Amino acid sequence: MSAEVLYTFEVILNGLMAGVMYALVALGFVLIFKASGIFNYAQGVMALFAALTLVGLQNGQVPFAHLLNAIFGTDMHYFGWKLPTIGGVPVLAIVLAVFVMIFFAWAVERLVLKHLVNQEPIILFMATIGLAYFMEGFGDLMWGSDIKKLDVGLPQGGNLWLEEATAGWGGDAFYGFYIDNLDIWATLFAAILVITLVLFSQYTKTGRALRAVADDHQAALSVGISLRSIWVIVWSIAGFVALVAGIMWGAKLGVQFSLSLIALKALPVLMLGGFTSIPGAIVGGLIIGVGEKLFEFSIGPLIGGATENWFAYVLALLFLVFRPQGLFGEKIIERV
Amino acid sequence: MFYREAGDFKTSYAADGQTFPIAFDRWRYFAVLAIAFLVVPFTINEYVASAVLIPFLIWSIIAIGLNILTGYCGQVSLGTGGFMAVGAYAAYKIMTAAPELNIFFVVLLSGGVTALVGLLFGLPSLRIKGFYLAVATLAAQFFLVWLFNRVPWFYNNSASGQINAPDRTLGGFLITGPNATPEAKYLFCLVFVFGMAWLARNLTRGRLGRSWMAIRDMDIAAEIIGVNPLKAKLSAFAVSSFFVGVGGALFFTVYLGAVEVGEAFGINKSFLALFMIIIGGLGSIFGSFAGAAFIVLLPVFMKNVMVGGFGWPTDIATHFEFVILGALIIVFLIAEPHGLAAFWRTIKEKLRLWPFPH
Repeated sequence: MSAEVLYTFEVILNGLMAGVMYALVALGFVLIFKASGIFNYAQGVMALFAALTLVGLQNGQVPFAHLLNAIFGTDMHYFGWKLPTIGGVPVLAIVLAVFVMIFFAWAVERLVLKHLVNQEPIILFMATIGLAYFMEGFGDLMWGSDIKKLDVGLPQGGNLWLEEATAGWGGDAFYGFYIDNLDIWATLFAAILVITLVLFSQYTKTGRALRAVADDHQAALSVGISLRSIWVIVWSIAGFVALVAGIMWGAKLGVQFSLSLIALKALPVLMLGGFTSIPGAIVGGLIIGVGEKLFEFSIGPLIGGATENWFAYVLALLFLVFRPQGLFGEKIIERV
Repeated sequence: MFYREAGDFKTSYAADGQTFPIAFDRWRYFAVLAIAFLVVPFTINEYVASAVLIPFLIWSIIAIGLNILTGYCGQVSLGTGGFMAVGAYAAYKIMTAAPELNIFFVVLLSGGVTALVGLLFGLPSLRIKGFYLAVATLAAQFFLVWLFNRVPWFYNNSASGQINAPDRTLGGFLITGPNATPEAKYLFCLVFVFGMAWLARNLTRGRLGRSWMAIRDMDIAAEIIGVNPLKAKLSAFAVSSFFVGVGGALFFTVYLGAVEVGEAFGINKSFLALFMIIIGGLGSIFGSFAGAAFIVLLPVFMKNVMVGGFGWPTDIATHFEFVILGALIIVFLIAEPHGLAAFWRTIKEKLRLWPFPH
């Protein structure tokens, strides 16, 4: 094989990996949309908040340090301890962060969703944008807005083994596939996460209740499923997914404000895959990942580069014109 | 006492169908106009004009534009920032290509260009509905901003990638550029706001507005009773984009003067516009004004309280602004999902009966 074909191949592989990262965020959207019909714009900020909390807990940061310093004139930043890790993985901090996300889910249901039952979808959507603004400011106030390094014990950098094994395939001009170790791990975690979610929703009582609510709110209510507890559970699961996404993206880019913008990366994935389908989120993510990397690789340099910002949206838009409900979305049937 | 229709007899259909059928309301409207045109210009200073009044006027136009699309026609759009950018860059290209052209027509023409672009991005709305459409309009947002950032033709190959508004006068008064007086800027924007609000109010009362509302309420049913969805949706996109384009052109020429596209017309602007119409009230012209006033005043107010009042560092004030804005939006949606306009309607009902509530 010639080096060029192999390089294209590398681009596709990297696109697939990037797609998995997008799918991780999209997954959280789908879970909430299925269970409550809420288009949760705050999912990206939830990932940011989860990652911030994880780093803050791990490093023993004082919450609201800047604010307290400004009000009381003190100078606090750290408690001075770090949570223990097991083999470099901050297990305790992750567990605590999960609890924080569960508490967050409970608070959202209590303070926001409960009062907005039966409102129009756009009102709920706006409420989640408000929530996103709130969390963005709140997260920064609580943990500070500087860029933080997130180390969860995952290997960083290119995979040397793969690079050496494939070097020379395409003659001297080809240096072997370059694939980030982190991406490989992310793919693994995403696979585990999806399999767990599918098993959970198929084989547990709660999972069945979740599917019932997704199918028909009123019917679910009438057979005795508590909508409110289901919502808490769904938001908790979405919070957990956000934590995983936050860890992966945070380890890759550092924990910072721009992390919340990954939500914008996940939206075209959702459009493509359909708002209501978990497999759709995965397949959509892969298509978008490969599509935008290939486009940037082949056509990007001709028209000025940085096409990744919009290509996904245009691709999804063109696709939707032919299939308005996305790849795997439920068929939209309208009656007068 | 107030808002009484008793004793106010109409003798012609024209009088019966006027915009403000209640005399009190009509006089209030004229009073507001008189204050805005005759009193405010003589009392404003640089700070009030540039921090409050001019952004409020420009955002009102944009909010009315978005309200036409989202509030009246039911098509949620997140591409407002992109369309504002189209208006701004169209104004820049026209101003530099035809220096002789009156600034008034430059702004109107920019609106026209934006309307055409809006028409183009409105085409998918015929197939895609609901949230899928909302996300699809994000395509416009990102693509347009990228386009203005990457294609040098749009910013006349300037080295910084910025666009700067050259000095333009109207009737001898400087309107754009750093030396323009706040009074001239204010009045120029006010004329546009008045004209556009008048246009919007009358469009939404007429045949076109009714067809938009029919589409909003249920598009299939509207189609069955003879509303052409193609015409209704595309006209809503075109008219809305015209408003947003005029707003964007004013935003660039009069308000900012120099623009870097990613910063001035990013996705945050789209959300701000959406906040305005949600907080103000969907499907209401008054609501657009109320929402714009609220969103423009809130940061100014909070900055004054927190930085000026408590002496906190600005970065904490900025974060707090996010927290408070987010919380207020949620509180608003819970307390009054139909926005300030509905609140105003309730007050009017109360005022009609006051002081005898039975």
